[in-house]
Amino acid sequence: MSLTPEQRLEAYHLMRTIRRFEERCAELYSAGDIGGFLHLYIGQEALAAAVKYATRPDDNVITAYRDHGIALAKGLEAGRLMAEMLGRTTGVSKGRGGSMHLADVEKRMWGGWAIVGGHLPLATGLALADDYNGDDRVTICLMGDGSTNIGYFHEALNMAGVWKLPVVWIIENNEYGMGTSVKRASAVEELTEKARAYNMPAKRIDGNDLQGMVQEIGEAVEHVRDPENGPVLFEAVTYRFRGHSMGDPERYRTKEEITEAQRRDPIFLWAEKLIEDGVATQEALDHIGTQVEEEVAAAVKFAKESPLPELEDLYDHVYAD
Amino acid sequence: MPEITLIEAVLQAMDEELARDERVFITGEDVGPRGGVFRATMGLHDKYGGDRVIDSPLSELSIVGIGVGAALAGMRPICEIQFADFIHPAFNQIVNEAARMYYRSDGAWTVPMTIRAPYGGGISGALYHSQSVEALFAHVPGLKVVIPSTPYDAKGLLKSAIRDPNPVLFFEAKKGYRLIKGEVPEGEYTVPIGPAKVSRAGSDLTVYAYGMMHHYVLEAAEIVSREDGVECEVVDIRTLAPLDTETVLASFKKTGKALIVYEDNRFLGYGAEIAALLSDEAFEYMDGPIRRLTGPDVPGVPFSHPMQDFFMPNTSKIVDAIRELAGY
Ligand SMILES: Cc1ncc(C[n+]2csc(CCOP(=O)(O)OP(=O)(O)O)c2C)c(N)n1
Ligand SMILES: [Mg+2]
Repeated sequence: MSLTPEQRLEAYHLMRTIRRFEERCAELYSAGDIGGFLHLYIGQEALAAAVKYATRPDDNVITAYRDHGIALAKGLEAGRLMAEMLGRTTGVSKGRGGSMHLADVEKRMWGGWAIVGGHLPLATGLALADDYNGDDRVTICLMGDGSTNIGYFHEALNMAGVWKLPVVWIIENNEYGMGTSVKRASAVEELTEKARAYNMPAKRIDGNDLQGMVQEIGEAVEHVRDPENGPVLFEAVTYRFRGHSMGDPERYRTKEEITEAQRRDPIFLWAEKLIEDGVATQEALDHIGTQVEEEVAAAVKFAKESPLPELEDLYDHVYAD
Repeated sequence: MPEITLIEAVLQAMDEELARDERVFITGEDVGPRGGVFRATMGLHDKYGGDRVIDSPLSELSIVGIGVGAALAGMRPICEIQFADFIHPAFNQIVNEAARMYYRSDGAWTVPMTIRAPYGGGISGALYHSQSVEALFAHVPGLKVVIPSTPYDAKGLLKSAIRDPNPVLFFEAKKGYRLIKGEVPEGEYTVPIGPAKVSRAGSDLTVYAYGMMHHYVLEAAEIVSREDGVECEVVDIRTLAPLDTETVLASFKKTGKALIVYEDNRFLGYGAEIAALLSDEAFEYMDGPIRRLTGPDVPGVPFSHPMQDFFMPNTSKIVDAIRELAGY
């Protein structure tokens, strides 16, 4: 599976959008416009883009709380996402959820989930429904390395494995769960080994290599789409450039480690490749950068001008009719 | 006496107990070098080492489960759950195992463990970082449930919890961690688990509260005293289970009116039990309806800040509720 030149530029645009969206979020957080907890995806954008190009728009995507990038990749509008970050009525859940719970069922983005690992059995259930109904949809379930240590992971994978359900599990191994490195939290350092217990093929992939991931994940998605085949697992090895969430003192790693990792910034790598392959000039990429700047500025403006919810809305949607 | 914050008091208690008793150890996510997500264990890893201040994988049910096992074998585990919202995966270990152990073994096995978790809203944590879970556990015989509202009590009660032969759930008001300050002696003292405390004397009505809400209730009591001449008696519950019914009843018998304030949602919340107790055992003293000021019965604290504020009881809502009841 390979990308057309248009898609390659579009993917660049998407990754820049995710990056800029989150940089603006960080600024808005510092200014007090965004409250609560904010987890940035900066450094991991390539995976969100890869999921977009490796799947069909009607495939299910579900992820954890580090969800801004995936939400943008799933086609949720930047303005409505930013409005959610600011708790406005125009947000994707009317400000009820905030940063960690971005979702849009019509786009089959089943959300960010703040209880780590809690969404993994849900992914198995989404896939069960498709399998049951004979829909040829695939469920992409993203998770952090940390969540492979909670019981949910093992139960959800086992059930998907034994019932051969169409799930592509993707572990985003960014080396840390909060301040705890993978090797201090997991008895196996190669997280793909955990898939073996559930009888599913598993592969480690470079989480900063967009083209490589589109290829690998794209093939896997089509493999899984065949109801005979059952689930597969990927471990996308990447790195988060920012703290776990805003205000993380980051005592668990060195500045040098971060600087070293930033040399493999996925957006930078992609830009290099586009220029090398003659798909774009530096000027063309800069132009995309300017466009993104304007689009994100418009999203912020939209969010800030949107109304806050009415207090009585609090009581809506406790029970469905 | 030095003035310290609620979270510093929690840290001091654990520091002193680690020093005092080699059987005490701490485990939880990032309790080690990072010092805990709220920094309640800051510096303890350096001081006592990784064998006693143990970073765990992301595994709540086993953080508690290994605590139960180690406690059975004579250790004194302190299990940290980063947010009370994440305690639910460990519900089985707490309710089916820890709570029933002493009873099922006919008094042969004890589970001297402490489970600490920050609880409550008001920090824009939204649905999964704001929960109050005390009623779920206070309902279960065999568990002790403690919620301190001052740094003095936080230190003294946590030390008692660590030494207690029973499983103790120790919930800390995260919003109060740095907001609530108070004088705390350095060094050894304990506050017993059990007794509630009359934290303000008054004759017009009694307000019952714990944790963060107790802090706001005291503020509200001063306001109505100053502006309305209404004198509230305030009872800080402190130990929710087992409940100090004597102190709760004595205050009501004096004032004849009760307001119970908690931020958990109302239905079958902690205040329902106090209201039932008062009507069962002090009916003839009742001088007005027993009121509850609580969070609303919705499935979570929403993110958007005006809605969050609307959800949370606060000083001005408490003032209004006191005025309404005083005027009854
Ligand atoms: C059940 C549960 N336990 C703990 C937490 C607190 N917590 C939030 S994120 C996190 C680390 C998760 O790490 P990982 O899965 O690697 O994801 P990353 O943050 O690296 O994307 C922890 C401990 C939580 N939200 N839910
Ligand atoms: Mg991680």
